Amino acid sequence: MEHSNIQQHIKKYFYVFAALMVLTVITVAIASFHLPIAIAVTLALIVAGVKGTMVASYFMHLISEKKTILIILAFTIFFFLGLLFLPTLTEIDSISRNVS
Amino acid sequence: MEIPYTIETRHDTGLYNAKLGIWLFLASEVMLFGGLFASYILLRTGASEWPHGSTYLNIPLATLNTVVLIASSVTMVMSWASLMMNEFKKFKIYMGITILCGFLFLIVKYFEYSAKFEHGYFPSNNTFLAIYFTLTGLHGLHVIGGIVVNSYFWGAGSKMWFFQPKRFTNRIEIAGLYWHFVDLVWIFLFPVLYLL
Amino acid sequence: MKSTTQSNNKTHHEEHSELNFWKKYIFSTDHKVIGIQYGITSLLFLLLGFMLVMMMRWQIAYPEQQFPLYNFLIPFGVIGVIIMFIGGLQPKLNTVVGVCIIALTGLFWYLGTGEERMPEGIMLPEFYNQLGAMHGTIMVFLGVVPLAVGAFGNYVMPLQIGAPDMAFPKLNMASYWVYFIGGVIMIASFFVPGGAANSGWTSYPPLANIATTGQTWWLLGMVFLITSSLLGSVNFIVTIIQLRATGLTFMRLPFFVWTQFITSFLLLLAFPPLEVAGILQLMDRVAGTSFFMPSGLVVSGQIFPATGGGTPILWQHLFWFLAHPEVYVLILPAMGIIAEVIANNTRRPLWGYKYMVYSIIFLCFISFIVWAHHMYITGMGTKISAFFQTTTMIISVPSIVILSSLFVSLYGGSIRFNTPMLFALAFLPMFGIGGLTGLPLGLSTSDIHLHDTYYVIGHFHYVVAPGTIFALFAGIYFWYPKITGRILNETLGKIHFWGSFVCMNFIFFPMLIQGLQGVARRMYDGGQQYAHTQNVLYLNEVMSIAAWVMAVFQVFFIINMFISLRKEKQTDTNPWKATTLDWTATTSPPLAHGNFETVPEVYCEAYEYSVPGDAQDFKPQNKQ
Repeated sequence: MEHSNIQQHIKKYFYVFAALMVLTVITVAIASFHLPIAIAVTLALIVAGVKGTMVASYFMHLISEKKTILIILAFTIFFFLGLLFLPTLTEIDSISRNVS
Repeated sequence: MEIPYTIETRHDTGLYNAKLGIWLFLASEVMLFGGLFASYILLRTGASEWPHGSTYLNIPLATLNTVVLIASSVTMVMSWASLMMNEFKKFKIYMGITILCGFLFLIVKYFEYSAKFEHGYFPSNNTFLAIYFTLTGLHGLHVIGGIVVNSYFWGAGSKMWFFQPKRFTNRIEIAGLYWHFVDLVWIFLFPVLYLL
Repeated sequence: MKSTTQSNNKTHHEEHSELNFWKKYIFSTDHKVIGIQYGITSLLFLLLGFMLVMMMRWQIAYPEQQFPLYNFLIPFGVIGVIIMFIGGLQPKLNTVVGVCIIALTGLFWYLGTGEERMPEGIMLPEFYNQLGAMHGTIMVFLGVVPLAVGAFGNYVMPLQIGAPDMAFPKLNMASYWVYFIGGVIMIASFFVPGGAANSGWTSYPPLANIATTGQTWWLLGMVFLITSSLLGSVNFIVTIIQLRATGLTFMRLPFFVWTQFITSFLLLLAFPPLEVAGILQLMDRVAGTSFFMPSGLVVSGQIFPATGGGTPILWQHLFWFLAHPEVYVLILPAMGIIAEVIANNTRRPLWGYKYMVYSIIFLCFISFIVWAHHMYITGMGTKISAFFQTTTMIISVPSIVILSSLFVSLYGGSIRFNTPMLFALAFLPMFGIGGLTGLPLGLSTSDIHLHDTYYVIGHFHYVVAPGTIFALFAGIYFWYPKITGRILNETLGKIHFWGSFVCMNFIFFPMLIQGLQGVARRMYDGGQQYAHTQNVLYLNEVMSIAAWVMAVFQVFFIINMFISLRKEKQTDTNPWKATTLDWTATTSPPLAHGNFETVPEVYCEAYEYSVPGDAQDFKPQNKQ
């Protein structure tokens, strides 16, 4: 990377830092309203998702990363989502019975 | 015998070995925390009641820790940028701050844990506390690991800068990727455990 | 990694010639030495796993009868002593292996005696459970996977891609030693109060949560093994992507390298959830949490003192999330070895190489979303059960594509029936039986009848024992000349093959019959108390005798490995006339010296056999 390029990057890092701080405040603020659980979870995960994406894209430079790494991560995300939701889906019949 | 592509990048992948290696390691870490979050979801949906994080946990302290960890991520990436600009002294300062932030995080964590124990909150009390201690404990171990690696590169390991600057910069990039990942995990842990 | 690359070229030669014994053979960073270390260790673990099952088979065939310990001990001891003094080897590899076999005999003696295990030579049910759990664990995690991936992957893969070594040699060494420590912890657990883990290799809670101390050791051992495989798989993937020789594109890779590549991804991404499961179970056992403990659990008539609120199903999800891909970890390297041996010995290119590659990539994907087919009877929802049945049926397609391609590859070839090829040929139908018997287990209706019967045992043993282990034997016979510079004795090899082949079927086919009759697995008396088992009970004795006879045939293999080492070293670097790069490296490449005299370049595909118009019937990948 060029010298001037790096300078631009550094600017970006501080913008991202500011945005992350603002989002941290927002996420705590949302929680203080004690919204219904479904809405609270959705909002909290959206904010966390945005923050996580910013860290991954800018601090970890994923935004300009090589194809090989992006493919590996795409695979991983696929398996990650399977792992995250399939176990709970296998229980969905008994969970909905509990709720009703 | 020389292993190729330890410093320069391979032309068709555009990567040096260690960078691919750390990303693969992080992919496996994603699955590790994925397994923990999956457990959390399954246990919580199956539970008849689930406490709100604030009944047990201290939100202001955790918010402080979030700020500390995000700040350390910025200084970490700045330490790498300093090396890219050939400013070794700046690197030392930024890396030093990163390590201090890591320690600060652990100190805050220590106060949080000891407050829990004083109130008689232990992992065996209920499933919420069990998963809280497991997740934050495992994350804490990752922070400790990061501090050890960063301290080595700040101290004895930094000699490499004077004879293999390119390789040393790569190493800081790798250490940085790991450190950002630890930050990223916390970004999700914080709302999931404390705010929901 | 640091020291090997930063020192300049001049000092290299001196540095290597100065390597002392410890650096050269014990704490080596050379992939070939590490491969051999993995190979010897895992073969010894396979022997131990086999010893345990021989003890179990006595109990199943002749329940509550005195175990003739010395009939088993003496032959083992004698073989150990013979190998120890076989002589003439440098370094004294035979002595090391001989001592290890004698040590295993000692362990066997310890297990076969003692009031808390075998009072007066009669096996206690608790001890039978320990043997079952440890047989599974040792065979899968300490035997077959380290042999298929750690040994063959480490030794052959870098040679086949023309690399000087693995990408991270020090990590490679760490991976072996972490595995070794994990193995030691597992064996040590036999000596703790209450004995080793006894909740099956699956360690299902709540049984495993309330089990004796051995279970904690099992979990610790697993954490080490998982760490080892993590280090190994990162290393393998980076090596394959980064260190391929010039001209060796992905579609020119030998199929064996492809299988190692996919296997590494499975290990990398599937093992962490088991690590999570292990950590959670450790928390349950040590910190008193209730991740896997339901509320109000009653143990021996009393309410178990746990807070409850957890679910044993969580363990099953996390465990099978690993353990299903693990099945492919067991079988893929085997398929890779078989593909190499078949292409080489039919003197034809592999039929449908590309489709085989696409198949294993697809298989890797799907293998992550089939795991709950092990859990149909946990009461999961019908819709999600339909989903898992569908994915399970889909995943059989790529396996069949690979198997069919291998079968078709035989057509029209001028087949050389040497020992590796015999094992490879036997693999095809044996794996076929293993795979096809899996289909009824993948459908929830038939699974209800077959679940936890001997049918399941028969099914997966057909996949792993005459399947994977035959492939590993084929690999050992095939690459032994590469590693040592000598070909294994063919007569002894053929005796070993035919004996094993016949015995394997006598051991595992009756299991399928028993299972269809409804004989449940894990019963320490072989199910003799039940009315519905009576007409198939005689098979227990057949299987047990076949198992012991098979042990006799393995002696031919063990002895062959050592007496063939005493032969004159051959000068031919490529005795099988193979095309892949591993055979262009010097025979038994010098240890810790790098692999190739000149950096190889690749000009053609992996299996250019019998190219029309060529003078030779094979064209090595580095020939223009």
